Amino acid sequence: MSLFQLNTAAMRTKDFKIKWGMVIDIDKCTGCGACMVACQAENNLAPEAEAPPSDGGDEFMSWIRIYELSNRKAFPHHDLAYLPLPCQHCATPFCTGVCPVSATEKTEEGGIVSQIYARCTGCRYCMAACPYHARSFNRVAPVWPAGLDKIISPDVSTRPRGVVEKCSFCHHRFMQAKNAARNNAHSIYELEDGDYNPACAESCPNGAIAFGDLLNKKHRVYALSRAKNAFRLLERLNAKPQVYYTSSRDWVRRAGDNHHA
Amino acid sequence: MPRRSLKPCGAAWCISSGAPFVLGLIAALIMCWWIIPAVFFVQKEQPVAFTHASHIKNQNCADCHFLRADGSFSAIPSTEQCASCHADMQGTSAAEAGYIESYVSAKKEVPWLIRQKQPAHVFFSHAAHNADSCRQLGCHGEYVDENALCSTCHADVSALDTAPYLENRLTGYSKDTMRMQDCKSCHAEQTHLEMTDAALACNTCHK
Ligand code: HEC
Ligand code: HEC
Ligand code: HEC
Ligand code: HEC
Ligand code: HEC
Repeated sequence: MSLFQLNTAAMRTKDFKIKWGMVIDIDKCTGCGACMVACQAENNLAPEAEAPPSDGGDEFMSWIRIYELSNRKAFPHHDLAYLPLPCQHCATPFCTGVCPVSATEKTEEGGIVSQIYARCTGCRYCMAACPYHARSFNRVAPVWPAGLDKIISPDVSTRPRGVVEKCSFCHHRFMQAKNAARNNAHSIYELEDGDYNPACAESCPNGAIAFGDLLNKKHRVYALSRAKNAFRLLERLNAKPQVYYTSSRDWVRRAGDNHHA
Repeated sequence: MPRRSLKPCGAAWCISSGAPFVLGLIAALIMCWWIIPAVFFVQKEQPVAFTHASHIKNQNCADCHFLRADGSFSAIPSTEQCASCHADMQGTSAAEAGYIESYVSAKKEVPWLIRQKQPAHVFFSHAAHNADSCRQLGCHGEYVDENALCSTCHADVSALDTAPYLENRLTGYSKDTMRMQDCKSCHAEQTHLEMTDAALACNTCHK
């Protein structure tokens, strides 16, 4: 096998029967942050420390961040948009290939990019490789103030200091949905729209986040991701994210591919 | 230069005969079989001397261990469920009297020791490993008896009652906790990989 073949083999998109994906309607997002709060509670992210760590690390741990976009025009033409950014679960992820210990992979049916905290050595190559800055590093040990540790959910493991973590599309909810399907003699390949819904999508007061199987015609995201105004971030990098955005505003769609830069 | 002694019992003979190797091997075996397990594992007793033997005479496994409608596993009954019988003494044993006094009357849950308890980062699903789905494809006729399936991973209940709970002093985990290799080797069987949903992706078993 030549080097070129090796490289293309690594870059080939794996075929899945299910492809979990998200379509975020930017026009509906008010930047309220409910998705961030829901995500933190669901996935055992410790409350932010009151004092920033003394070593200068002030990284804010979050699996979904909201960015403010501006069209950079003066009033009265000024316009704002908010862009929620979870892990994009790319079809050809850049992060998985660089991991020296296979702690992050895209192999499971459904196409969710995994992150195995027990295996992660904290080298942060994946963070350098990710063009979306979707990953965070536990620079200091997470601390739950006394009493708050009671809200730690057993569905997701807590991470120690020194490992990288990221959005998993609430993977445990996928497993729970499959368990329910098995017990009711449903096929786990034909989950209904809504059977599996991540915490952020569930909590959005405006319904800006739709989630489902991008390959299943019965799921809302099938049509939404194929709509005229749908786009993905930094599409020219060809990472083929499984997170789509929609906006009726031209400048927002252009900003998605960073044409401002 | 003085000649070296070649007496049969000299140090050189002992070394060349391999005696140190044999002695070392014996010492290693003693270490591995008796000393290390005793050093690494501490034996713990269940808080209640419950036996399956006196409960499976009139009850099925599924009366106590069953899948809920949402597919989650109701592993061990609450004290309230046990109290449906044990509100009063069923027999005369001291174990039962002690159980009723400390838990049923006190309305407390028993802190059972789970021999299979997995680390917090492992996801396991009893719904995926149930007897119906094992028989579904015409395989595993031997799992008609539910206990037979449970026993592929757990100790047989008749042995369970007397099996000691051994806790690893270093990790805090039970000695019987299945290793990743035990799970993977079954998932990796050709027929499982091809015909069932058994998978080897890391996030299948990790959370
Ligand atoms: C009266 C309720 C009851 C019934 C009926 C019952 N069990 Fe249990 N089972 C328990 C309790 C309580 C425990 C926890 C105490 C222990 O480990 O002995 C337990 C523990 C277990 C465990 C050990 C879990 C672990 O990792 O430590 C297994 C395996 C098990 N039961 C299997 C079975 C099987 C198979 C049957 C049917 C043949 C059965 N049980 C019937 C109540 C019951
Ligand atoms: C269907 C009724 C029934 C239920 C439900 C039941 N038991 Fe029992 N239990 C019995 C009987 C019958 C005996 C045997 C009494 C005897 O012969 O001494 C017994 C005996 C015991 C004993 C004495 C030791 C032994 O095993 O013989 C303990 C401890 C005990 N049960 C605990 C429990 C716990 C804990 C639960 C809930 C997981 C439970 N029981 C549920 C009927 C029941
Ligand atoms: C494929 C292996 C496997 C099979 C088959 C299996 N179990 Fe388990 N069981 C496990 C593992 C692994 C755990 C530990 C789960 C954990 O700690 O998250 C467990 C946990 C349990 C527990 C304790 C749960 C708790 O945390 O309180 C009980 C009780 C139990 N099993 C009963 C059964 C019974 C009854 C059957 C048969 C119907 C069965 N198991 C079949 C692997 C298996
Ligand atoms: C005796 C063989 C066997 C052992 C041992 C075993 N598994 Fe499985 N497992 C299977 C099979 C077969 C399936 C597929 C079931 C189906 O198709 O419904 C499966 C499915 C699963 C699933 C569901 C996969 C999905 O995509 O939803 C999980 C999770 C799982 N196993 C975890 C484990 C863990 C963790 C262990 C070790 C503690 C383990 N298994 C041990 C045979 C086994
Ligand atoms: C079939 C289920 C299964 C699959 C697939 C699986 N694991 Fe595991 N893994 C386990 C179980 C069960 C344990 C806990 C028992 C043990 O430590 O061996 C474990 C433990 C581990 C540990 C040890 C953690 C510690 O604290 O020592 C690491 C690291 C790990 N897994 C990484 C991975 C990676 C990376 C993959 C993907 C290549 C993977 N696992 C796939 C079941 C699985």
